[in-house]
Amino acid sequence: MNAGRSERAEVWTNPSRDAVEFAGPSCGPSDPPAIAKSEIAGFEPRRSNPLAPTRWEHFPHEADVGIRGIGTTKAEAFAQAALALTAVVADPVTIRPMETVVVTCRAPNDELLLVDWLNALIYEMATRKMLFSEFAAEIEPGGLHGWACGERVDVARHRPAVEIKGATLAELRVGRGADGRWCAQCVVDV
Amino acid sequence: MDIARFKHDDECTWRLPATGRMCVPVVIYASEALIRQMDDKVGEQAANVATLPGIQTASFALPDAHWGYGFPVGGVAAFDAEAGGVVSAGGVGFDISCGVRTMLTGIARAEVESVRRPLADALSRDIPAGVGATGSVHLDDPEMDAMLRGGAAWAVERGFGVPADLDRIEERGRMAGARPETVSEQAKRRQRDEMGTLGSGNHYLELQEVTEIHDEDIARTYGLRRGEIVVTIHCGSRGLGHQVGTDYMREMNLETAKAGLTLPDRELAYAPIKSALGQRYLGAMRAGINCALANRQILMHLARRTLAHFLPGRDFQLLYDVSHNTCKVERHPVAGRERELHVHRKGATRAFGPGHPEVPSDFRAVGQPVLVGGSMGTCSYILAGTTRGDERAFSSAVHGAGRAMSRHQALRRWMGRQVVDDLAAHGITVRCPSSRGVAEEAPGAYKDAAEVVEAAEQAGLAQRVARLVPVICIKG
Repeated sequence: MNAGRSERAEVWTNPSRDAVEFAGPSCGPSDPPAIAKSEIAGFEPRRSNPLAPTRWEHFPHEADVGIRGIGTTKAEAFAQAALALTAVVADPVTIRPMETVVVTCRAPNDELLLVDWLNALIYEMATRKMLFSEFAAEIEPGGLHGWACGERVDVARHRPAVEIKGATLAELRVGRGADGRWCAQCVVDV
Repeated sequence: MDIARFKHDDECTWRLPATGRMCVPVVIYASEALIRQMDDKVGEQAANVATLPGIQTASFALPDAHWGYGFPVGGVAAFDAEAGGVVSAGGVGFDISCGVRTMLTGIARAEVESVRRPLADALSRDIPAGVGATGSVHLDDPEMDAMLRGGAAWAVERGFGVPADLDRIEERGRMAGARPETVSEQAKRRQRDEMGTLGSGNHYLELQEVTEIHDEDIARTYGLRRGEIVVTIHCGSRGLGHQVGTDYMREMNLETAKAGLTLPDRELAYAPIKSALGQRYLGAMRAGINCALANRQILMHLARRTLAHFLPGRDFQLLYDVSHNTCKVERHPVAGRERELHVHRKGATRAFGPGHPEVPSDFRAVGQPVLVGGSMGTCSYILAGTTRGDERAFSSAVHGAGRAMSRHQALRRWMGRQVVDDLAAHGITVRCPSSRGVAEEAPGAYKDAAEVVEAAEQAGLAQRVARLVPVICIKG
């Protein structure tokens, strides 16, 4: 890998360990999410600290869940999206970073790369019976090397709500907002 | 949904004429109250489906429709291979052959009351459910392929159930045309330890009481009696089906882009039925159907064993097993001529009417049982397919109540413990490892199943036979 051309997100821990719920504007890509039309009145998304430069949040979908990662780099946004993925299943703060899993993906564009990254993590969660709470990604043209750190599912402690079947192409976007921050999002099927 | 653009054909039929790139109209079957509750996305997605090559008659949405990926959930679309028709992984969905089976027990509600708590605890222990659960059946490579070819018939051969069960399952328990070699190693790996697991989310195993009979003759034919208990299982093809959906959705998306096609929604990605990719997907999807049929067969066997321990000497007979997320080759009339079609049902149940050769001989005079799931606290229904259903929506009917709000909204409104206590106060015992999961699946998060099945009946899709209410609910 050409380290000079790649961008890397450091291992991230939830900046708001109390997982406070906030109302208000979501991520700020220049192309706003097309969900606005179907936004459900009164909905307040689950998200991490909205003041943090890197953060994650969920957005509504009628039967499933939208996940969104925001970061100062594309790699950070991917890592945050992965954390949002975990938060669909369980509260990330309950998951101890005990074991690291390495993931590699190749895709022809950033959006499919995001879906591949998330689906690779879903596969690792399903086959290893693990949950992850810390993520890092290193992105270069056409590919990604990623790391996920977590532990085996402990039903009593993690209280997992639901399995994730797959990351979908619905509401799929990877892009930079007017403020220069990266946003990576899609809907996951649960 | 804004209904201003729709023509109101009759009380439960709403038609959006074909315009622009649409090849056929959109037809939504729903009461005015239900269609108004639907998100605008349902109409938008159904209209997008109407643009796909080779689609026949109409893009249908049923009374329980809600917004999905590409295709609406509760959507039906049929394609003619001879007219350039296509197959779409998004039109089947991620949980291939997710479905419902209902088993008769002959047990009176009063008998269950005497063992309610220990029975609920035992079922909760014996039915692997929830995130991270593994089954007791572990498949090596040859057995995996045998299961993917054999479906429920494979499970019966391995001792999970009896041959008579197969008479009461679509395709007699084995979907022909499955090609395990078209299923990725990743998909098989995901399934290796998940045979005989319930899953999570809206999947469940319930003991339900038959509380109302709407049609005495059909109920008698089905073996349904007021006051008796049935066992209903709702789950699908587990990790294997999810991975098949993921793999082929990606490949179809890339191929669609390579062909220079612009789609209104990427989840509509497709392959021509006659293409190599289309044929590979069909082979893998059919293997996914067999996986779901085998999985539900194993789960029913486990439930039978537990029930027999508490209530011995009974005859636990399968009533029927239906699949929701499928693409099946069937013959239907189009413009007065019978044609072979690839019928996509996403969140919709096949509902063959009286006389159809695919309906088990015991039921052929009255039509196929259609099993409609409710939620933990609301009623479920058993319907029967109608003759008219063929012309209405290629013999398709509703599959469940359908969500009325997102999981997040439900979480904001209910606490899991409170939901469990409220249900207990209404005579419903819930066992679920996740209180958050219970809150997300709170009964109030779903539409009223009664309204949905009434609309289905008025639309001529199916007719009501019996109403069921939950007594014990095991969730993942």
